[in-house]
Amino acid sequence: MKTPLTHTIRPKEPPLDLSQYRRTGGYRAAELTVGRTAPGDVVDLVKRSGLRGRGGAGFPTGAKWSFVPMGDDAPRPKYFVANADEMEPGAFKDRYLLEGDPHGLIESMILSGYAIGAEVGYIFLRWAYRLAYARLSRAIAEAREAGFLGHDIFGSGHAFDVHIHVSAGRYMCGEETGLLNALEGKRATPRHKPPYPQASGLWGKPTVVNNIETICAVRHIVFHGPDWFRELGANGGAGTKLYAASGKLRQPGVWELPIGTPLGEIIDEHAGGMTSGARFRATLPGGASTEFLTREHWDLPLDFDPVATAGSRLGTGTLIVMDDGTCPVGMVHNLEAFFAMESCGFCTPCREGLPWTAGVLRRLEEGRGRYEDIELLRHHAKLLAPGVTFCALAPGASAPLASALSLFGDDFERHVREGRCPFRAEA
Amino acid sequence: MAALSSAERAEIDAEIAILPDARSASIEALKTVQRHRRWIDDDALGAVAEYLDLSKHELEAIASFYNLLFRKPVGRHVVLVCDSVSCWILGNEAVKQALEDSLGAAFGEVTRDDRFTALPMQCLGACDRGPALMIDEDLHGPVQPADVSELLRRYP
Amino acid sequence: MATIWIDGVSYEADPSRNLLAVILELGFDLPYFCWHPALGSIGACRQCAITQFRGEDDHQGQVVMACMTPAAEGARVSIDHASAATLRKSVIEWLMVSHPHDCPVCDEGGECHLQDMTVMAGHTYRRSRLPKRTYISQDLGPLIGHEMNRCIQCYRCVRFYREYAGGHDLQAMGTRDRIYFGRYQDGPLESEFAGNLVEICPTGVFTDKTQARHYTRKWDLQTAPSICTHCGVGCNINPGERYGALRRVRARYHGAVNGYFLCDRGRYGYEFESSDRRIRVPLAPRGEQNQAEELSVQAAVTRVAKILTSSRRVIGVGSPRATIESNYALQRLVGADGFFHAACAEEHRSSLAALDALREGPSRSPALREIERCDAVVVLGEDLTQSAPMMALAIRQAALAIPRSVAERQGIPPWHDAAIRESVQSARGPVFLLSPAPTKLDDLATRVYRKTPRAIAAAGQAIARALDPQVPALAGDEMDRAGIEEIARALTVAERPLVVAGSGTASEAVINAAANLAWATSAAREDDRAAELAYALPWANSAGLSLLGGAPLDEALAAAERGEVDAAIILESDLDRIAGPGPAERFLGQVRHAVVLDHIAHPTAARADVVLPAATFAEGHGHLVNSEGRAQRQMAVFSPDEPIRESWRWLREAMMLAGYDEADSWTGAEAIAEAAARDHPALARLPDAQLSADFRLGGAKVARAPHRYSGRAAAKLHLNVLEPTPPRDNDSPLEFSMEGSPVLPPGKIETTFWAPGWSSPQALTRFQEEIDGPLRGGDPGVRLIEPAGEPFAYRDVALSAPSPELAPTPVVAAFGSEELSALAPGIAALAPRAFLELNPRDAASLGLADDDVVSVRARGASARLSVRLEPGRAQGTAGIPLGLEDIPVALSFAGELITGS
Ligand SMILES: Cc1cc2nc3c(=O)[nH]c(=O)nc-3n(C[C@H](O)[C@H](O)[C@H](O)COP(=O)(O)O)c2cc1C
Ligand code: SF4
Ligand code: FES
Repeated sequence: MKTPLTHTIRPKEPPLDLSQYRRTGGYRAAELTVGRTAPGDVVDLVKRSGLRGRGGAGFPTGAKWSFVPMGDDAPRPKYFVANADEMEPGAFKDRYLLEGDPHGLIESMILSGYAIGAEVGYIFLRWAYRLAYARLSRAIAEAREAGFLGHDIFGSGHAFDVHIHVSAGRYMCGEETGLLNALEGKRATPRHKPPYPQASGLWGKPTVVNNIETICAVRHIVFHGPDWFRELGANGGAGTKLYAASGKLRQPGVWELPIGTPLGEIIDEHAGGMTSGARFRATLPGGASTEFLTREHWDLPLDFDPVATAGSRLGTGTLIVMDDGTCPVGMVHNLEAFFAMESCGFCTPCREGLPWTAGVLRRLEEGRGRYEDIELLRHHAKLLAPGVTFCALAPGASAPLASALSLFGDDFERHVREGRCPFRAEA
Repeated sequence: MAALSSAERAEIDAEIAILPDARSASIEALKTVQRHRRWIDDDALGAVAEYLDLSKHELEAIASFYNLLFRKPVGRHVVLVCDSVSCWILGNEAVKQALEDSLGAAFGEVTRDDRFTALPMQCLGACDRGPALMIDEDLHGPVQPADVSELLRRYP
Repeated sequence: MATIWIDGVSYEADPSRNLLAVILELGFDLPYFCWHPALGSIGACRQCAITQFRGEDDHQGQVVMACMTPAAEGARVSIDHASAATLRKSVIEWLMVSHPHDCPVCDEGGECHLQDMTVMAGHTYRRSRLPKRTYISQDLGPLIGHEMNRCIQCYRCVRFYREYAGGHDLQAMGTRDRIYFGRYQDGPLESEFAGNLVEICPTGVFTDKTQARHYTRKWDLQTAPSICTHCGVGCNINPGERYGALRRVRARYHGAVNGYFLCDRGRYGYEFESSDRRIRVPLAPRGEQNQAEELSVQAAVTRVAKILTSSRRVIGVGSPRATIESNYALQRLVGADGFFHAACAEEHRSSLAALDALREGPSRSPALREIERCDAVVVLGEDLTQSAPMMALAIRQAALAIPRSVAERQGIPPWHDAAIRESVQSARGPVFLLSPAPTKLDDLATRVYRKTPRAIAAAGQAIARALDPQVPALAGDEMDRAGIEEIARALTVAERPLVVAGSGTASEAVINAAANLAWATSAAREDDRAAELAYALPWANSAGLSLLGGAPLDEALAAAERGEVDAAIILESDLDRIAGPGPAERFLGQVRHAVVLDHIAHPTAARADVVLPAATFAEGHGHLVNSEGRAQRQMAVFSPDEPIRESWRWLREAMMLAGYDEADSWTGAEAIAEAAARDHPALARLPDAQLSADFRLGGAKVARAPHRYSGRAAAKLHLNVLEPTPPRDNDSPLEFSMEGSPVLPPGKIETTFWAPGWSSPQALTRFQEEIDGPLRGGDPGVRLIEPAGEPFAYRDVALSAPSPELAPTPVVAAFGSEELSALAPGIAALAPRAFLELNPRDAASLGLADDDVVSVRARGASARLSVRLEPGRAQGTAGIPLGLEDIPVALSFAGELITGS
């Protein structure tokens, strides 16, 4: 099995330094491309590779890039931003790449930046990733020293530099337009699309934001070609995917697998199955803002389209497993409280609706719920949908709530009927 | 100590250098003074505002948005306990309780000896190591309630 | 035009608009909060949801925000569709989760947009059982109340305050459901436009503190169209009265002048009207044994008539804050030769020069809303934020014209406010400011030059010369070549260039240089068009008074000095305030008799033989001409208690008694306006400014009070159990009562902007021809001055000789410099202390330090002022506040420092 994104990563050991990285063929793709291939050709390669965004929405990466104005009269500078905010609960896959393959990220950023004609790159890094910060800073310094970043990269006459911005902490900073505001030193409220960042982004200039995992695939696509990349997938998918799993599992962790690997295989084979005494009940397949999948989806290939067909989203591909000893109401309460806390407060449904759902869920958990509360939750889960709220945060919050209400309705009603959380030992 | 130190100014200047304008460095500048002073008191906020040619009102609008910009005093060590879903499944409530008990201070408070402030924090990105917590720059996990007091002892 | 379908019916729509604007314009009810016609869309509140369909066969549709969706060709939407209607109801429910529901004690009650929208969206029952969040509100100063608990987080306040008006001290703070709109800490809001928050806020977070002191609900107010009397801009206002006193002033929309807004001087200055210095009865201040004596109307008029008949030479001092009618009556009484202006020579010359420039040259004076669309601005000398605040606000918008057009060329629609601002970032201009001292517009200037008034005039002339070599050269050009060329280029390439000046530099040369600069652009431009030319004249009727003609006050004083004056009639002016107590007292001693007509007591009035109580702007009818040259009509808001009446009516009565037959024909406000229009060709169109008194709708006049007006029968019960007949109004198509035409009148005489379902100021969309356009049936007012066009002769810029002395330059204060508004307690509280402002180097060479006290002297007046150092002030100038703490105006224009002894 090919694992291009992670094969040089040795967990528990420092990442490859520049010379080690060079020895594995590192920076070859960039060297051969920058100034020698037309930027449009790089976009084309990425288009043909079938690469879809790994940040949650699954938007085709090449297509996203192709909206950037090119040519001499395009506004300047242009920016390429690596989204390393990863604040989605349950997600920790990007950390693995950031800590394990900093040069790989930089090289891929050089190629991505070249493809869209960007002069400046930013890595928007989650505050908690201290180790990643140290390793990335070092790698950037090495790359600059080697002339791979700076005014004249690889002697090509092209300029591209990379800077790290460490987030001051807010889930909204991961949303690409909130991120842009944060980079501009403003409150990280989202921006309306259109205009898309590709047309008017950072400081009003053309900008592309991509997820770390998405970006890291770019150098392999350029190096090995799009067909090679496509074929890495399973069950019709293109490329590999970093899956991760957490919960009561024997070996929680992160693995690079062909995209389209079935759910059951990940839990049983890679995560080692459930810990003793715990039984699988359901999982969020792609982080906190996705709908629950259950046993019934055990053989479902975890790829964008199959998961969507099953009524959920692949999201970040990071599974949060709920066992039969975990209260679904409590779990959803934890999630809704998270989303309510992280709402930016800009739009009404999100700002007022989420704390309301979180409050109702807390009352249910505390045994103070009423049947009409469940109706209220349904109302909110239905209403906080894309297009209703300003950005995707609140619809993301609706996903686990709506599916929990339909899958675990009995549990909600038991909380009301019994006037307590049935999953907690009685006091 | 209201005025910015030369070290603080140098760090802020370095950030301004990679941005198109000084205002864009606001968050970084606040983080810088926090790094040097633990938290951002009103004087520090005023000094940063002046340095970046922003009004205090404008800078407070930014400071009050972010989780990790502290506008209230914190102890020498900040303990961030993951409050998110995976850690919750794995029993973080007991860890939070143990932490409050060991510190003798509630979340958000500074311990009597000025050593610690504990804060619940959204996902630390260590879901495979839950329940997780961070003390200063160090990530710990999985943490059992019984481990908490020993862990704290390592941070004098 | 695009064809769109709303609930199955097709309409024509302008595709450059958003659907919310189109839907409102078509007369549908659709609730909204964050959108505002002047602020555009941001899509925050999610209240304006509608359902959009992909085609004829799509019946499910998708919820979209009307404010964020263009009225594109073929768009099919539904307002009634269940998905959108349910959402709208839920949005209100969300907004009300933590709202305190304190409508009975809330000042906004009865004109609250949130109340209206709650009813409109159909939310009735509160389902939330959670505790409400609470906030601690702030003390925002003497003008504006703050009750954060009522906030629905629509972001309008900060968008207006920060982005539209350039304020820095009101922000959105915090996150999630703890957003706070306020200041860093308690304290008066710093912006001169803060009062607009009261109307911008859709509920009762920001309220009018002055109104709260004598609170009346909207439905209990009597209102009429009026014009602000506190500066030369002439913003339209809607004053509200109850129980014989003004309760508040609200902005009155005017499509060409002030749009939706007012400055705080204009909004809060009205309280002078109930000042304890009001003159309410005729007085003889120096009556028997020099004791003040109240006079009957009869006695007062008789005394004035006697003065008129017994005096050989009577002169009149007209007033730049009195109406055309009153000034005209006085001018007729004393004759053109005997008519003087209550203005110092410098101010007088500036106003005359400005009007001449607007009449003689090719440049047009733009209305405020036209200024907003100018795309290159040069300001010579004037600190507009202080002297003509709303003009400064317009220039703030003009500074965005070019950056916005760049964004629009990227395909961002003009209403998409957030996207425009993200694209524009900090780009502004081109705006060039040449001024003696820092101004609040500096933050948006492309370049700022600090210069003495003399050097500003020279620079203006030098730039003009760079545009057209025909402009005569001047010595004393201190501006660098590159700077000159930069400005010249900006004026040449702009689509709508604008040159602004005013009387704030005390320099006629600056006024003339501005004209030359505006005119010279025509020589350099491909389209041969001259730049627009805007002057900020200081007082509400400075322009009108100048159109009547007359000499400055200094000449009146000189004539009295020569013993040529037997009696003086002083109209609505305090000569002490202008010339100083010494010269004023001397003057009143030299003339044997003096008659003062005014609303407020002042030292000049105290020395008169007869003082007549003049109606304020709210109590009488008349016209003002603003700096643009637009005549606008003030209509009485209420009928004052006897014997208060307009100055011209007093003059008429005295004239009739004294045998001036002509006054006979001034039978009413319209008759005298027509007489003025006949006598002064420049005023010919005056009567067109408003609908005439015989205008009827369905046979009826228009009511000043709304149908819901309460307690009329009880209001005067303590005086008489019989309900008094409402006073008649023969001067306008309005009635002092709630009885009136059931048909909605044309916008220009609409008294209460109120439509079914719309009780708040947002009802305005129902009264505009199109959103943001003129009022239905046309905006009121009439432009009196249009440019003469080519050929023209450049104006003579006479520079004063360079002198070693510091040049006195007035420092205008938005709060405090204007006489009447300064009497309003809220404004008085915000007025700065008087001072003498110097550049530190000048101070050093004079041996002066901060807080040293210096005497300043001019033309017999003097004052002692403490020194304030301002490094930003141009060397060679001495800033002397205009009118603060009774500093004689003459000192601000001509003050000389007495240092040494
Ligand atoms: C509330 C919210 C938080 C998000 N957080 C992240 C994040 O932490 N990292 C990330 O890559 N994308 C995040 N996204 C998705 C981004 O908006 C964006 O789609 C993504 O960075 C694009 O990268 P991709 O095309 O490579 O997937 C978030 C979206 C939302 C709505
Ligand atoms: S955001 Fe809101 S009000 Fe605001 S108007 Fe639109 S949706 Fe509409
Ligand atoms: S989270 Fe703020 S608008 Fe969606």
